[in-house]
Amino acid sequence: MNMSTGAGLAERAARVAAVAEAHADDVDAKGRFPQEAVDAMRAERLLSIQIAVELGGEGASIAEIAEVCSILGQSCAAAAMVFAMHQIKASSLVSHGADAAWHRAFMRRIADEQLLLASATTEGGIGGNLRNSICAIEVEGGRCRLEKDATVISYGANADAILITSRSHAEAASTDQVMTVFTKDQYTLERTHVWDTLGMRGTCSDGYLFKGEAPAEQILPKPFAEIAAQSMLATSHLLWSAVWYGIAVNAFARAQAFVRAAARKAPGQTPPGALRLAEASSLLQLLKSNVVAGLNAFEAAKTDQDVLSSMGFAVAMNNLKIGSSETILTIINHAMLICGIMGYKNGTPYSLGRHLRDAHSAQLMISNDRILGNTSNLLLVHKQDTSLLG
Amino acid sequence: MKQKIRELLAKHGGLPVAVDQIADDQDLYAAGLSSFASVQIMLAIEEAFDLEFPDNLLNRKSFQSIATITRTVEGLTGNAEAAE
Repeated sequence: MNMSTGAGLAERAARVAAVAEAHADDVDAKGRFPQEAVDAMRAERLLSIQIAVELGGEGASIAEIAEVCSILGQSCAAAAMVFAMHQIKASSLVSHGADAAWHRAFMRRIADEQLLLASATTEGGIGGNLRNSICAIEVEGGRCRLEKDATVISYGANADAILITSRSHAEAASTDQVMTVFTKDQYTLERTHVWDTLGMRGTCSDGYLFKGEAPAEQILPKPFAEIAAQSMLATSHLLWSAVWYGIAVNAFARAQAFVRAAARKAPGQTPPGALRLAEASSLLQLLKSNVVAGLNAFEAAKTDQDVLSSMGFAVAMNNLKIGSSETILTIINHAMLICGIMGYKNGTPYSLGRHLRDAHSAQLMISNDRILGNTSNLLLVHKQDTSLLG
Repeated sequence: MKQKIRELLAKHGGLPVAVDQIADDQDLYAAGLSSFASVQIMLAIEEAFDLEFPDNLLNRKSFQSIATITRTVEGLTGNAEAAE
C-alpha cells in the first residue's frame, strides 16, 4: 500500500479520530492532554507525514495534512489542534531546515521516534506580537543558551521538543529573531501560568519559564522573519482553519441528524429547524471554499519565495483566517438554534457546548483585531485582487 | 534619490538605530523595521516620487535594504542616473 495516498491517509486519520472522539468529553472536562489520541497518531505514524520520504516521512502536501486536521477536528478539536500545531512546527523544519545537517537528522528522528513538536513564540512583555522577542539567545563556544518567559507553550509538558524564538544575539533589534530546536533533554520548564479556559482545554497551553542549552547548530539557519513569512503564518492559518472547519462540520452533522429525526417522526411536515439547516449548509460550503482556495493559493505559491513573502499572499491568508474563524461561530450557533435545548445540554447526541466553546478560541488565537489591523495597513499600498479566477 | 530615501526612512522607519548608521546593503528588517513601518515608508515614497508600487514589487525583497529600495524606485521612475 502506498502510505502517502490521500485515501490511505484519510483512513488512518479516521482511526485516530475514533480514539479521539471516545475521550473528547473527558479531555475537555478535565482540561487534560489528549494522550490517547496522540498515542494513536504515533501508532498511525501521522506525526511524520510532512517529513520528506528520504528522511523517513511521507512528503504529504499541505492539502493532505489539512484533510487530516479536519477529520480529527470533527471528533476532538483539542487533539486536532495539537496535531495542527505540531505540523506547523514541522513545516518550519521541512521548509527551512532541509539544507542543515542537524535539522535533517532531527527530521529523521521525528519520523523514527514519532516525536511531538511544540512551539514557544509568545513571551511576557511583547504584547502578543510573535515577530518581536525580548529574550536573546547566547552563543558561545559552539553552545547556545536561552531563557524565555514563555506565557504560552501549548502541550509544553507533553512535547518531545520545542521550537522557540528569541533575538539572534544580545545586541539584536527586537525583530531580528531566530528559531531554535531544543529537545526534551535539553531544557527545563517551570510552570508560571495554568491553562484553565473556556474551550480548547486539552491543548494544555500553560505558561512556562523555559531554560535550555544545546549545541549552537540547532539554531535554524534562516532568520525567523523568513520562516514566519514563508511557511509559519500561512500553514498556521490553513491548518487552524481546517481544524475549525472540522468543528463546524460536526456541529452541522448533529443539527442535520436532529432535523432528520424530527422529519421521520412527523412525515409530511417540514421540521422547524430545516430552513436554518439549509442556511448553515450554505455557510459551510462558503467556509469550505475559503479553506480550499487558501490551500490552492499556498500550493501555487510555495515554490516562489517572492510570492510567499508578497503582500497579496499575506492579505489572502489573513482573510482566510478572519473568514473561517468568524463563520464557524455562525454555523455552530445555527446548529444550536436547530437542536434547541438538546444542543445546549451536555451528554446528548446533539450536544454543542464543547463545539461552541472550542470555536470561540478561533478569533483569539492571533487576535482577529490584530490581523485586521495588519491587513488594513497592507491595503494602504496593496490593491485587492479583483479577478474571479485570479 | 538615495538621500531622499534615507530621509523618509529616518522619518517613518521607526528604527531603533540612526539611519546614517545603516549601510546601503544592510537588512532593514533585521535592523528593526516592522511591517507597519515598511508600509508607511512605501506610502511616503509613493507620495514623494509621485509613483505607485505595482503589487508584484510589494514584497520583502523590494524593501530589504536602502539599496534595494533605491533600485525598486529607480526601476519605476526610469531614473537610474539620478541615483547618486
